[in-house]
Amino acid sequence: MRTEPADLPKAPTGIAGLDDVTGGGLPRGRPTLVCGPAGCGKTLLAIEFLVRGITQFDEPGVFVAFEESAADLTANMASLGFDLALLQADGLLVIDQVNVAGARLDETGDWDLDGLFLRLGAAVDAVGAKRVVIDTIENLFGAFSDTGVLRSELRRLFGWLKDRELTAVITGERGNGSLTRHGIEEYVSDCVIVLDHRVTEQTSTRRLRVLKYRGSMHGTNEYPFLIGESGVSVQPIASLGLRPNVSAERVSTGVGRLDAMLGDGGFYRGSAVLVSGTPGTGKSTLAAQFCDATCRRGERALYFGFEEAESEIVRNMASVGIHLRQWVDAGLLQFRCFRPTLLGLEAHLYAMQKVVGDFDPAAVVMDPVSDLLRTGTEAEVAAMLTRQIDFLKARGVTTLLTSLNTDAHLAQTDLQIASLVDTWLLVKTTEGNGEHNRLLYVLKSRGTPHSNQIREFLLTKDGIELADVYVGTQGVLTGSARQAQEAKERSDGTARMDDLEQRRVNLEQRRATVEAQTAALWREFENEAEVVEQLLSHGSTGVVDRAGQRAEQGRLRHADPDDLPVGA
Amino acid sequence: MTTTTPQSGNVWYLRLYVAGQSPKSLYASANLKRLCEEHLAGNYEIETIDLVEDPTRARDDDILAIPTLVRRLPEPLRKVIGDLSDTGRVLSGLQIHPVER
Repeated sequence: MRTEPADLPKAPTGIAGLDDVTGGGLPRGRPTLVCGPAGCGKTLLAIEFLVRGITQFDEPGVFVAFEESAADLTANMASLGFDLALLQADGLLVIDQVNVAGARLDETGDWDLDGLFLRLGAAVDAVGAKRVVIDTIENLFGAFSDTGVLRSELRRLFGWLKDRELTAVITGERGNGSLTRHGIEEYVSDCVIVLDHRVTEQTSTRRLRVLKYRGSMHGTNEYPFLIGESGVSVQPIASLGLRPNVSAERVSTGVGRLDAMLGDGGFYRGSAVLVSGTPGTGKSTLAAQFCDATCRRGERALYFGFEEAESEIVRNMASVGIHLRQWVDAGLLQFRCFRPTLLGLEAHLYAMQKVVGDFDPAAVVMDPVSDLLRTGTEAEVAAMLTRQIDFLKARGVTTLLTSLNTDAHLAQTDLQIASLVDTWLLVKTTEGNGEHNRLLYVLKSRGTPHSNQIREFLLTKDGIELADVYVGTQGVLTGSARQAQEAKERSDGTARMDDLEQRRVNLEQRRATVEAQTAALWREFENEAEVVEQLLSHGSTGVVDRAGQRAEQGRLRHADPDDLPVGA
Repeated sequence: MTTTTPQSGNVWYLRLYVAGQSPKSLYASANLKRLCEEHLAGNYEIETIDLVEDPTRARDDDILAIPTLVRRLPEPLRKVIGDLSDTGRVLSGLQIHPVER
């Protein structure tokens, strides 16, 4: 296979996402075949290619309509915000409508399609067209019976388009076992785009695939696309490399202790958070509290509710002290509540992105994403959420998704989403003691020194509170068991206090006793001391007396001579 | 051979779309004249439109193929394409019925 020069010239389509998938647009100066079944959006894609060519790239265009009437086309495009009449009046667009339906032409000899060539040539010259759309050329096969001549004329037509360096889009209807009913792909070999429109479980999804793009790299996947309020939008999964603003700023969750559990003040701004849990665990309340905290900072929050209506959410949250009405009134909070089955996944994605684009919120809640499973398979939902999260992250929006799962088992969706989210909070209930209590813990949190503790999750009239749980030999204690434990600890504490007080009193009493005894001893001592003092003060007299007495006794007994020392 | 039409006596108004002086165009023109003289003598009018001169005229009758002959009158409108060399098909296409009385 010969490789073409790297700088293959391309004509950007201006269609959201399509230029990404094709690496810059359609081959310039060459025809591209867009084929698919009826109602897949071929005509819209083609006319949008023309209109955006005119309005964004200054390339006038010609639309040859074999299928739709110019009036229908103009009306249809007006609903998407394209004013074809104005473009025609400005001399930038020619819509040449050729009615071939129903007419079977009798062939009475040699003929050719010079009529088409001449009118196309005239239209191209009239506006200086650079782009041409022929929609749907296969209708010609219904009008001419000599397909041999028709085929050779079509070959000549594509050659003519190339010679005039017109970037052309040729549409074709899908046939049985072939790309187009009459094998138009045979003539258009540069670029082939296949559109599809599939209905799975009552939900339709449009898909686009670049089947072939000679000489150019292109995305080979099937990309979902949708027709929204402003035309076609192809949704390639954004590359992870393109994420300009990663913030280190924290935003509060609205629950003080949860902020602390996540370390340093809450979620990262622009991160994605998943709160998953069984029914009735307070996921929505957590989401509402987060919205409340966001609005409290003066930032906008957007709440996509798939289960409850706005009025229900506002009422229910007011019962736990989260008053959302004030923020709605202040224009800081918007709700978008709808059943997911209302639209297909792609349409949801588009609708949500449009609201985000219009409202420009700092925080988005989707409650619960598991409801989206009703409109698609797990893989599709995960792919859709990937794009949604990428989209929101790219805008620096903090996203909180809730997910409902069945008891004990993590839903497959959770696991698929888990790799996309930065923080994953799990709320679950424990049963015991005839009670049903809520627990919350941080399953993962990228880039934060988060707590490994399980907290009891309480819904109070002032919002969410997190309480410590007790871990003992009987496992984690929650609810009344926790309260009993707390009471027990309190009473134990009181007992200890009483004991201490008693001992203090005892000590005081002993001090009094000791002091009394000491005082008594002192008194005894002092009495004795006084006696001794008295005795000492009369000491000389005593000695004299005793000496006199001994001398007297001696004398009486005639024992010793008088010259013995006195007192020896 | 005599020829009648559903509304005998009406004027046949025919348009022939051609592209300049191409062989097919010239041939068609000659064939048409001969055919009209034979079957609609004195009762027809031919307008020849050259799309090379005015391509926008092609819109009037949704013309793609050249040559195209359009029966404007009598109604309903009918078209045949080609150089009109197959006389039988031209007659049936224009619903000019040769009638033997």
